[in-house]
Amino acid sequence: MTPEAKHLEVILDTHVESVNLAEEMCLRVAEAVGFSEDECYRIGMSVREGVINAFHYGNQEKPDKKIHLALDLTQEKMIIHVMDEGKGFHLADVPDPLAEENLLCTSGRGIFLMKAFMDEFDVVAGRTGGAEIIMSKKIPGPGSASGNGNHGKSNSDAAPQQEA
Amino acid sequence: MPALFMTCREVGAVTIVDLSGKISLGEGSALLRKTIRDLIENGQTKILLNLGDINYIDSSGIGELVSGFTAVRNRSGELKLLNLTKKVHDLLQITKLFTVFDVYNDEGTAVRSYL
Repeated sequence: MTPEAKHLEVILDTHVESVNLAEEMCLRVAEAVGFSEDECYRIGMSVREGVINAFHYGNQEKPDKKIHLALDLTQEKMIIHVMDEGKGFHLADVPDPLAEENLLCTSGRGIFLMKAFMDEFDVVAGRTGGAEIIMSKKIPGPGSASGNGNHGKSNSDAAPQQEA
Repeated sequence: MPALFMTCREVGAVTIVDLSGKISLGEGSALLRKTIRDLIENGQTKILLNLGDINYIDSSGIGELVSGFTAVRNRSGELKLLNLTKKVHDLLQITKLFTVFDVYNDEGTAVRSYL
């Protein structure tokens, strides 16, 4: 399947259920586009972690704030945007969960998992005033075995441009 | 329907918690936290989590495993893991937690390791 460029956007409440909803929605798109079961799991997990990040860290679990989820399908890749209405953050300030002193931390692995599971990952200032996570995965071509050997390495240099 | 199901059983001095479903943000993580805390409060600090039927775990679930590990260790006990599915195994590997947890594939061997 070679999709034409498509854009999908939803606004979610700052609620735990939004995490499942966002994951389910993106999973359905990923399956329809033709990602393997393994890649769908990675995409679903990344969306989940992005929305958890927006829910907990960005919006501080405040119900009056919203989580903006957008999905772009180009011929080459599936691009996912997760925006919160918090204060934003810089990737460089996120502690490394693999550092010896952080191994027993009970949180702080979400960003790492998104980096590991997606082909491209970046965090920019969002139009909603908070952080915007942008991550993408290359759409498998016919007969290709999609995979990713990132294992936590950031690809911020190659991240997709923020949509207008 | 609950995301996570748990049953506890005793094998000698070891409490084995059989889990199935998802350990994820919300109900699943909260239930695991409560179960481990209840066990600790009852003086059970040799805990073996059987994750053989856990098909999904997110960063919140990973955090809960780490929290349980630390809480049990602080009571001079041990929390170990049994029967990891490939997904859970891979997650613990890339997060380097495989080096933290004692992981077993065989229940008998796991139980004997507490002696």
